Amino acid sequence: MSRYVSYRDFDWVLLGFVLIICGLGVMEIHSATVHTKFAGAHVKQIYWILAGVGMMFVVSLISYQALLDQIHWFYIAGVGSLMAVLLFGQRYLGAKRWVKMPGGNHFQPSEWVKIILILAVAKYFADMRQRELSWADFLKAGAIVGFPMLMVLAQPDLGTALTYVPIAIMGVFLGGLQWRQGLTVALLAAIGIGAVFFTPRVHVLKSYQKQRLTSFIDPELDPQGSGYQVEQSKIAVGSGGLWGGKGSQTHGAFLPVPQTDFIFAAFSEEHGFVGALGVLLLYFVVLMRLTQNAQTAPDRAGTFVVMGVVAVLSFHILVNVGMVVGFMPVTGIPLPLMSYGGSSVLFMFLALGMVMNVRMRRFVN
Amino acid sequence: MFGRDEKVSEIRLTAAQYIILAVFLVLGYGLWRLQVMQSDYYSSAAEKNRIRNVPVLAPRGKILDREGRTIVDNYPSFSALLMRDSSRDLLADADLIGQGLHIDPNEVRSRIRRSASLPQYQPIFLKEDITPDELQFIEAHRNELPELDTIMAHRRLYPRNGFMAHLIGYVGEVSEDMLNQPQFELYSAGDVVGISGVERQYNTLLMGQNGSRQALVDSHGREVGRRGETEAIPGKQLRLTVDIDLQIAAEEALAGKNGAIVAMDPHTGEILAMASGPTFDPNDFAVHVSRDQWNKLVTDPDKPLLNKAIQAQLAPGSTFKIIMSVAGWQEGIAQNMHVYCNGSATFYGRNSKCWVYFVHQTHGDVDLAKAIYQSCDVFFYTLADKLGINRIAKYATDLGLGQKTGIDLPQEASGLVPSEEWKLRNYRQKWYAGETIFVGIGQGAITVTPVQLLRAISAISMGGKLVTPHVADPSGLPANYVEAGHFTEVKNVSLDPAGWNYITDAMVKVLQPGGTSPLAAVPGIEIAGKTGSAQVVSLENRAKHKDNADLAQNGWFVGFTPRRNPDIVVCVLFQGGEHGKLAARLATQVIKAYVEKQRRTPQKMVEKPKSGTVDIGGLWTEPDTDGHKEKLQGGRFVLDLPKRPSALAVAAPGMQ
Repeated sequence: MSRYVSYRDFDWVLLGFVLIICGLGVMEIHSATVHTKFAGAHVKQIYWILAGVGMMFVVSLISYQALLDQIHWFYIAGVGSLMAVLLFGQRYLGAKRWVKMPGGNHFQPSEWVKIILILAVAKYFADMRQRELSWADFLKAGAIVGFPMLMVLAQPDLGTALTYVPIAIMGVFLGGLQWRQGLTVALLAAIGIGAVFFTPRVHVLKSYQKQRLTSFIDPELDPQGSGYQVEQSKIAVGSGGLWGGKGSQTHGAFLPVPQTDFIFAAFSEEHGFVGALGVLLLYFVVLMRLTQNAQTAPDRAGTFVVMGVVAVLSFHILVNVGMVVGFMPVTGIPLPLMSYGGSSVLFMFLALGMVMNVRMRRFVN
Repeated sequence: MFGRDEKVSEIRLTAAQYIILAVFLVLGYGLWRLQVMQSDYYSSAAEKNRIRNVPVLAPRGKILDREGRTIVDNYPSFSALLMRDSSRDLLADADLIGQGLHIDPNEVRSRIRRSASLPQYQPIFLKEDITPDELQFIEAHRNELPELDTIMAHRRLYPRNGFMAHLIGYVGEVSEDMLNQPQFELYSAGDVVGISGVERQYNTLLMGQNGSRQALVDSHGREVGRRGETEAIPGKQLRLTVDIDLQIAAEEALAGKNGAIVAMDPHTGEILAMASGPTFDPNDFAVHVSRDQWNKLVTDPDKPLLNKAIQAQLAPGSTFKIIMSVAGWQEGIAQNMHVYCNGSATFYGRNSKCWVYFVHQTHGDVDLAKAIYQSCDVFFYTLADKLGINRIAKYATDLGLGQKTGIDLPQEASGLVPSEEWKLRNYRQKWYAGETIFVGIGQGAITVTPVQLLRAISAISMGGKLVTPHVADPSGLPANYVEAGHFTEVKNVSLDPAGWNYITDAMVKVLQPGGTSPLAAVPGIEIAGKTGSAQVVSLENRAKHKDNADLAQNGWFVGFTPRRNPDIVVCVLFQGGEHGKLAARLATQVIKAYVEKQRRTPQKMVEKPKSGTVDIGGLWTEPDTDGHKEKLQGGRFVLDLPKRPSALAVAAPGMQ
């Protein structure tokens, strides 16, 4: 049975839900910025979305299998771009995360490295020959993700570096993680985190990163700093009530950057529990639709690619919404599809392009 | 072993879905907890977040003269601000801003750089009290320079050139020191309060009560809307007892001199004029006094910030002889006393000279009257010796010397009346009879303030009625002020009518040929008075250093008119004026101005029509009723006083 790649197999339903979420995001960006110097950001966001959709269609046409065969080159290019950031990057607010592109735009390589890692991990596990994960597989998969992750940490950008972790976790989980391995790694991770936190000589985390994490545990410690953001976000969400409120937190600029990291808080304030839950439901539908696509993928590699996207998307939602409702520390991770920002939007559509790519080839051999 | 086409474990994919579901349930619970369970708590937290009370400043009350003419008013003043939360490149606009506001662009740039570490919402104050031209510049460049803005405040407008500066005082930001004092307990840092003079004394009355506006603010404290407002209660007007016309006469008499002139109604204690020289311009304090300016004022040896009328404590010189005469008369010593003055006399082994010694003359046979109008020192040395220091001190104290008069002005000095007890207490030494001799002519340890001397002579002129001097018109004051101020408190000093008649007769002769100051006489006006020349150093030393101006004597004159039932008492201190007769001329100028005005206006100077009020225009904004946009009003600056507007050439600083 052989069929040609056709847009009939394109996941139009998935795209529909994604665009609804994007639309809500654009609406909220407009509402949150209309009286600020960021007014008009929603128009830019629409351009990014249109560019993203276009890119998605283009990406869906290039066979993911062909991409996976060349993944080592992409991996080298990704690592190289991260190196370039460290060497020539633009320092902004104490971190080097961007490379200035011709034409004045700024490009954040750590975003596209996410796609490369998804593909690299998929490639690694698709080629794996045994059902159960060996410690060597485990370490190799860890190294594939860990190396670029350390480079992003050096920028420093803890938030983005953390988003690479679920790609590895999803890989090893689906690749055949055994209970003993899982427990061992969890234990080592716990000890590692404990060491970072409680040993003063280990300076892996910057002091502001530690502060964010400690103030998450007790917001009263730093009511004007990162604790302030957690508190203001909770006030915004809480004052939204069941049906939504006047949005005084958002419009009074009590919410920090309501168009990016705190867009869900802004949305929750203006549309209440009903609106916020609706958005969560949309995301859940998208994720379920994605896992469905993973199940119908033509091969192991396709499943890993789609599930890698699921892992990143879920992690973003968990950390961002968790932060907004006060369950998670402030890490500066945007909410995919809703938060304002070109790099984030392009990454999501690139990732969706890969998913479409897999889906369109479900009947192709 | 499985190949490339082997599928991923279905169980693990399903497990992943359940994990995602679990995550979403947890997030959903988080929303439920905040938005449904704790919604009320967070709603009120949001309310608190965005409403802030912004004070609405009450304009200070006007200060009027006794006829209702404005002395001190407010004017709306604008300050230019640079808002820093716009996304513009402020440094690039510095040239244009500097040009428009008449500031060095480099100064603008350095201020922008210096403020770089401040929070974004804090504006940079570029220039206070800008001119209409500069205001126009800002209005005209709203689009090009959106970061440039103005705020309005009521500022105090004082008469120019230091007119009445000491009496009125000035306002300034409340100091930390003042905030610790009980009378300022309701104030907070940044409030403008009276620092000296009437502004300080009647601060609570003039200040009114600040209102507050409930403003909707964002997290940067920027106002994004308005809610309710409790209006500010403007400060009450304060009517003074001072007559601007008389004040002008006093200031003109004192112009360029060092000293004080005080005029008072002896019936009531109402101060009609009070001048102190040299003076300062309180407008300099209304905006912002520069360090240089301040240093210059406080280090000036002529002490321009001191209100000498109530704060200078100096030897009264021969004017004290009137008090001596009263004491001598009341004790039954002076009326029949005759002394032969040959230029000097010896007391307690020391030769004490009369002032005539230095002009190579003698007084010859002297009785009390001649001793007064010729100011014979030898007579009063003798009288002092007979009275003794304690009896002198008693009469001086009874007439209000050596104690504050209770005038309603801050920081009054008390002067000093020496006595045996005083010396023992302060120096642990006994009083020497020789010291009494010099006190008898108003020298030695005795010091008075001009207002004390004025009050004492006023009491004598009224046959013993010792009034409380005051500058505020009690009829316009709230009851609690009147009680606290003791405006109408009168003490009666017993004074033998025959003695009063005799002494005031002699005082009239002071300004007649044969008296010490005949040239100060004003034809047609009967003035009783007494000159005084108080030594700074001994007369012998003074004779040796005739050219040293610092050693010049202080001239005094205190007098009243008419002799019977007087309307006005005037005291003049002319520091370095050398002769009492020069002080007398200054006093008679004021008296003349008073009498001439009386003749022009047959009734007492009350309730004139409202002519001559200060009408201040300029530029100001008025809040719109519905929004918080403000509308610019234009106007002209007019200050029209009926007489001598030149002395009151008032204009807001920087305004034309």
